Amino acid sequence: MASPAEVRPAARTPAPARSKRRWTDSPHLWFWIFVGPFLVGLTVFVLVPIVWSVWLSFYEARNTVTPTEFVGLRNYTNMLSDPAFRSSLGTFVVFALFIVPTTFVISLGLAVLVNGAARGRSFFRSVFFLPTACSYVVAAMIWRGSLFSGVSSGAINTVLGTVGIAPVAWLSVVDPPWYWLVITTARLWLQVGFFMVLFLAALQRIPRTMYEAAALDGAVGWKAFRYITVPQLKATSTAVLLLLLVNAFQAFDEFYNLMSSTGGYPPYARPPLVYLYYTALGDVQDFGNGSAGAVILTLMIALFALAQGRLTGIGRRED
Amino acid sequence: MSGASFRPSRRHALALSGSALTAAALAACGGNTGRPESGGSSSGGKPTIAQWYHQYGEDGTEQAVKKYASEYPDASVNVTWIPGDYDKKAASSLLTSSGPDVFEYGNGPTIDMITGKQVVDLSDLLGPARSDFTPSLLERMTYQGKLYGIPQVVDMQLFVYRKSMLSKAGVTPPRTFDELLAAADKLTQGKVKGLFLGNDGGAGVMGGPVLWSSGTDYLTQDDKPAFNTPAVAQALAKLATLFKSGNLLLGAPSDWSEPAAITQGLTAMQWTGLWTLPMIQEALGDDFGVFPFPAIGSGGKPAVPVGAYSACVSAKAKNVTAAKQFVKWLWVDQTDKQLDWAQSYGFHVPARKSLIAKAEKLKTGPAKQAADMVTQYGHPQTPLLWTPASASAFGDAVDKIIRSGADPKSSLAAVQRTVTNELKRFA
Repeated sequence: MASPAEVRPAARTPAPARSKRRWTDSPHLWFWIFVGPFLVGLTVFVLVPIVWSVWLSFYEARNTVTPTEFVGLRNYTNMLSDPAFRSSLGTFVVFALFIVPTTFVISLGLAVLVNGAARGRSFFRSVFFLPTACSYVVAAMIWRGSLFSGVSSGAINTVLGTVGIAPVAWLSVVDPPWYWLVITTARLWLQVGFFMVLFLAALQRIPRTMYEAAALDGAVGWKAFRYITVPQLKATSTAVLLLLLVNAFQAFDEFYNLMSSTGGYPPYARPPLVYLYYTALGDVQDFGNGSAGAVILTLMIALFALAQGRLTGIGRRED
Repeated sequence: MSGASFRPSRRHALALSGSALTAAALAACGGNTGRPESGGSSSGGKPTIAQWYHQYGEDGTEQAVKKYASEYPDASVNVTWIPGDYDKKAASSLLTSSGPDVFEYGNGPTIDMITGKQVVDLSDLLGPARSDFTPSLLERMTYQGKLYGIPQVVDMQLFVYRKSMLSKAGVTPPRTFDELLAAADKLTQGKVKGLFLGNDGGAGVMGGPVLWSSGTDYLTQDDKPAFNTPAVAQALAKLATLFKSGNLLLGAPSDWSEPAAITQGLTAMQWTGLWTLPMIQEALGDDFGVFPFPAIGSGGKPAVPVGAYSACVSAKAKNVTAAKQFVKWLWVDQTDKQLDWAQSYGFHVPARKSLIAKAEKLKTGPAKQAADMVTQYGHPQTPLLWTPASASAFGDAVDKIIRSGADPKSSLAAVQRTVTNELKRFA
């Protein structure tokens, strides 16, 4: 029978003295060193402005960020009764409803084509991804000044001229609203490549054996895509949809740089961020109404996100 | 990813709560604002003044204002030259203590800057020189009897035409609105369009000229809406017809504020600014002339918009008195510098009548005609109480009338409701 001392040998080993633990051994220290700066940045540049903005939305705050006149919900009723703001919300909904599914379909289609390419896959992947590196502002300038310039020497008008079509003033006319073609093609060019790469990565993770087994049962081509590819891409698809929705909500750069002129921004294709930019900044400096508009927009985005969550199953328990 | 972790709003809120962010960023980041790190005095005991300008396009302008500043004996003046969206930067900076002491602003400070007490009263700076300044511009910068800006230089907008094109088509410079529309039709030949009013068909800049040439204005003398008249509605409807006529140049390489459309031969007549005349002269020689926006109907008369960048003093200036004295020295007393500023770096009309007579560049040809138009037909671009909200509502309505064919009468009535509400803020 072993002595108690034998069954508990560690008891004889002296415990390390508390005083010898170095302060750098604390896991909390490294947590705060790595997380702290970001938390400070998040607090100063995100959380405080959000809270401050909500506070401002209940005050008369023209040309001041420290107002004193509490006006309750007046700024909210102002903004909701403002036809220009309501119109901008409508613009943003229409834009999101168009650009999200269109980008989704095109990027998925390109990913399938590139994935199935017998050779040159890397080349095509690079070609489609490269526009992602271009800034929205630069792309808007190229679209406006070169591709869709309204004069006959503009790139698209030159092409149209070869088949006898008169030059089109793409960004000037509203009937038909060709400006939407300019805006949406710019955005598609800029973002399709990024989402194609996401889909491509997901496609390459689907085991070939699944397609081989399905082929034995006669599921090839569209059937294989429908019953294997689409279900296997579910997680990626939900992420892509979410990112696309966020991107659509953030529409500003290409709209502003394509549509604004010396005379200001026209009442067409004016998303809420552009409208609020004019309301809350510049010589307007109406932070009360601007903040109320921002809060309304935030609530609207939250509703869209929740609705999308319901539809796509984001956040639903796997079981 | 869970729905709960979805946080697009935070980036939006970051962008949109520009109020807090802009103030915090300006205060925290500072940057070179022209002000000393602390206090308002330089080491030599003289006060230090931070002066802001927007970036002018003409060569030599930055060096000129720095030279003027260096010659001021009573303070050390630091000039900050600001590219990009100057109006937004200047307006935001007034929220902080790190903004300029002296700054220029188009047509003087806004009414909200004045009522928000962000700028100070400059009434006592003019003295006997008051009668020498263009009265309509001083009036534009005056609220409740107090003057808040000193005009630095006057700019204007007008029509420019190609003499050879008009004479070839047998057209004389239009004197009425109907003649203008008829001329645009006659001058449209092949790829050359008769008229260029901007790539938006003039929606952005025609509002004022249409009002004045119809015999009315944005607001009455006692600050009531004046723009909602049948004559204005009819004129805007005619511009809508012009927009669809094919006689209007649309989609030009650059907008109305640059002369490319007329110098490249894309149009026979263009609405533009006085500042483009040197470039037009360089490209076309003597083959161009100018005329004001023509009269509309029997009650109207020709009109041109005039505007002026003006010197203002921030209420948060470290030394308001020193800042005001500097403004008086440069923009009231130093007439040689004012003449230099107006004439040596481009083409502008001096803000003072006595200097217009001394401006050599304005003594002959189209430039003289343009300068004469300022006194004969000039209107400040907008009245002081025409707030950004009013301007936005009016601009949207004019755009929809011209480009979408919206009903002018009901559109103007809707704008009148907005403007009336805005005016109540100052009642």
